[in-house]
Amino acid sequence: MQKITQNQLIEKAASLLSDGTVNAVLGWSRGEFGYDVTPKMFKTEEDLKENFVWNDFCGVNFSKYLVSKTDRFDGKILVFLKPCDTYSFNQLLTEHRFEREKVYAVGIPCEGMVDVIKLKAVTGEGISEIKEDGENLLVTTIYEDAPVKVAFKDVLLERCINCKSKKHVAYDELMGDEGEVIESKRFDEVAKIEAMTPDERFAFWQNELSRCIRCNACRDACPACTCEKCVFDNPQSGVENKAPANSFEEKMFHIIRAYHVAGRCTDCGECSRVCPQNIPLHLLNRKFIKDINEFYGEYQAGAEVGSRAPLVDYTTEDLEPGEVFDRRDIDA
Amino acid sequence: MSNREETLIPKVGVITDVRIDTPDIKTFRVVTPDGKKAFDHRPGQCAMLSVPGVGEAMFSITSSPTNEEYMEFSIKKCGCVTDWLHQAEVGQQITIRGPYGNPFPVDDVFAGKNLLFIAGGVGLAPLRSVINYCRHYRDRYGDIDIVYGSRSKDDLLDYNEIIEEWSTDAGVNVHLTIDNPQDGWDGHVGFVPSYVKELGFDTNKTAVLCGPPIMIKFTLEGLCELGFDKTQIYTTLELRMKCGVGKCGRCNVGAKYVCKDGPVFRCDELDELPDEY
Amino acid sequence: MLKCSLDKINSVFEEIAKTAKLYIPADDKDGSAVYKQWENGIEWSSSLNTVRSPKDFFLPQMENLMEFKTEGKNIEVIDNRCETEDFVIFGVRACDVKSFEVLDRVFLSEPVDSYYASRREKGVIVSTACSKPSETCFCKTFGISPEEPEGDVTTWKTEDEIFFKANTSKGEALLEKLSAYTEECDETVVTEQKEKISAIMAKLPLKDLKTDAFGGGKTEEFFNNPVWEELSGSCLGCGTCTFVCPTCQCYDIKDFNTGKGVIRFRCWDSCMYSEFTKMAHGNNRITQKERFRQRFMHKLVYYPENNDGMFSCVGCGRCLSKCPISMNIVKVMKKIGDVDA
Repeated sequence: MQKITQNQLIEKAASLLSDGTVNAVLGWSRGEFGYDVTPKMFKTEEDLKENFVWNDFCGVNFSKYLVSKTDRFDGKILVFLKPCDTYSFNQLLTEHRFEREKVYAVGIPCEGMVDVIKLKAVTGEGISEIKEDGENLLVTTIYEDAPVKVAFKDVLLERCINCKSKKHVAYDELMGDEGEVIESKRFDEVAKIEAMTPDERFAFWQNELSRCIRCNACRDACPACTCEKCVFDNPQSGVENKAPANSFEEKMFHIIRAYHVAGRCTDCGECSRVCPQNIPLHLLNRKFIKDINEFYGEYQAGAEVGSRAPLVDYTTEDLEPGEVFDRRDIDA
Repeated sequence: MSNREETLIPKVGVITDVRIDTPDIKTFRVVTPDGKKAFDHRPGQCAMLSVPGVGEAMFSITSSPTNEEYMEFSIKKCGCVTDWLHQAEVGQQITIRGPYGNPFPVDDVFAGKNLLFIAGGVGLAPLRSVINYCRHYRDRYGDIDIVYGSRSKDDLLDYNEIIEEWSTDAGVNVHLTIDNPQDGWDGHVGFVPSYVKELGFDTNKTAVLCGPPIMIKFTLEGLCELGFDKTQIYTTLELRMKCGVGKCGRCNVGAKYVCKDGPVFRCDELDELPDEY
Repeated sequence: MLKCSLDKINSVFEEIAKTAKLYIPADDKDGSAVYKQWENGIEWSSSLNTVRSPKDFFLPQMENLMEFKTEGKNIEVIDNRCETEDFVIFGVRACDVKSFEVLDRVFLSEPVDSYYASRREKGVIVSTACSKPSETCFCKTFGISPEEPEGDVTTWKTEDEIFFKANTSKGEALLEKLSAYTEECDETVVTEQKEKISAIMAKLPLKDLKTDAFGGGKTEEFFNNPVWEELSGSCLGCGTCTFVCPTCQCYDIKDFNTGKGVIRFRCWDSCMYSEFTKMAHGNNRITQKERFRQRFMHKLVYYPENNDGMFSCVGCGRCLSKCPISMNIVKVMKKIGDVDA
């Protein structure tokens, strides 16, 4: 359902490669079943034509890759950024995590990406091909004679249903039309959890986080998690844990991570997208965003490079700790 | 309770002596609480020592199997467990399990051969076991040459034993070297690999190497230049290990597990392993 | 061959649960299947398979190995191992049943891992043939039969009936207990279902994936292939593939100070993690390329070299559906082995 086509992107990438603007293209490469695309550095036009893909499954946020790719690659990299990816891009620049000059960013519009789990809930197993047809996906499975028609909007990723912006906040070049920041309902789920009693809320997170297998996919995909050495990987830290040794450690990892990215999380939703156990991790981060908005005024991490986030800035208007404490009754 | 054998469950060991060898190496004597050796081993084998709450690590057994009273471990201070051990006093209990790994082929391949031991730094620790084994059964082996080097005189491990016992044995030649000139040292100065070439050994020997990777690399090249075949040269590897029995996966290199299939390898066997050890 | 009406399946579960803990795949709140201990009200999931593999039953993600009490300079080692109680895992798919053999070759080889062995001896495996395989399935590549999975008992589920066949004495003993609910039957229905499954398998997108290019003794052929660089280029270095994998078995041993003593525990570890091989004075796998390569070389070359050609992959497809960036063993096999499929 994307407004810009794969061929347009391939042409753009090929021309920027051939005129020497860039030396490599960070893009998505074709998989086995239509939905399993993998990030890849393309270096030739032939490779682009053969393997580059742009479809409704290109969810991966490339911004974080720029940290490692610009470090290891000697040359300029073309990166395609969806609107939400541009917020992570700016946030990483704010934190000096990669060199801007080594990147040529092309903003591309995005109509939302598909959640394969939701798709499979409709089509069942056995997907062999996926085609776009207007507002629908036509999914061929080995079990049905005719392709199954699935409405695109019914199978979007949670983060896309609650898309916060179709506007690109960073790019060297924009393809397609610029979008707008969207009044999303993204805080509704957070409000629901806030409305729970403390016991209910504890039980909610206990249940969700008990499924965690400590694979670290959320951390490793998160564009705000770019520490060179994570405290949870350091045997000397005393908190290095590869498996939740008890129910406290289960929660500790996620709570510490949520605190660590508070004020820096752009709400890109990669954590929940990559979680193999379907834990709604984005809700932890979104709670922080909601609180920051309420305590310090609207703030969107990554909206501009170099902005001072409320949590690392001091003003005389800042909320007094006591006021936060008083809110506990409202929350409870 | 389970009656099954379980290698991961260690025995208690007591440190009965701590010898300061060099500024960063101490040698620990370990027995069981009733004063016996924890288990029998062969030269070149290792044991897992642990300090509960700190961690467990693999160490080569420095003492010879012919020592029937106790085991010794020469340990360089370089991580959590070793830092802790370096602060331990006599009487401190630790845990011990083993023996692990394949020993040097002292009773078959080495028998009747002239032996050349080459070590650098703490790399003497695993060789001391086999050197003393061969000295104990002196008549089973030919001439023994020992080339040992370290950063300085103070960094030479087992110095007193080398001078007072090894050097005085008949048919044992000790060649010591240090990296840089030092007051009070009138021996050879220079790195081990070049000293080995200088000494120009005859190829009628079986060689055993142990030391830092860079020393092994150049010494091996040197020996090959002297005409040695890789099938005549043995070494012992060190990688991170957790279980000691080829299951936890850490020390897996190629199809081998260093803890189980090593740590002793013949150098031509190493050539078959991928280059990541 | 025995059969029983599916109406009576909960009575069958109840009967099994009288003498052993029974675990079955059941739907979780989010719709994915997990193994749950059966009790009244827990329904057998119709999902193809569980997100986590059943390796947990034999090699739990975390388990206490022993305890230590320390007092002054003294240490007491407390061996508090208990023999596992009898348990039954019901509805295990062919790929996962095979994964137990892969694990057995590691944990039951000398010296036997007593923790694993105890659970393996006490566990009874009831497998179920796959009536609706996924596009991510490629068990046939490894010679596994989804038509007739191994296990102590094999079952086949149709619209309204379930068929049982015992393969071992453990399995016979289990079916003995269920005799009140089952009746003898011929193999007609099962044979039909097997043919149906074979027909589906022949349509799967990965049906032509072959292992011919791989196996023991191929280290030199693949190790320095420049393609590892590209394949590992976007690997995040997370442990998802290793943790959902039924055959990945690397573990760590760690100590946990409880304040009253020290618990030494074992937990799953991943060769994908940066500190997996890190020692005090170095690391022999510095970049993700080396760590990524290790995982696949181990499954496709090293393990077969040590295990009579058996691969350390059973084609369950979990890594295909769960890798955050959709890199997986199939893509590796195709690229590195230049295998057409």
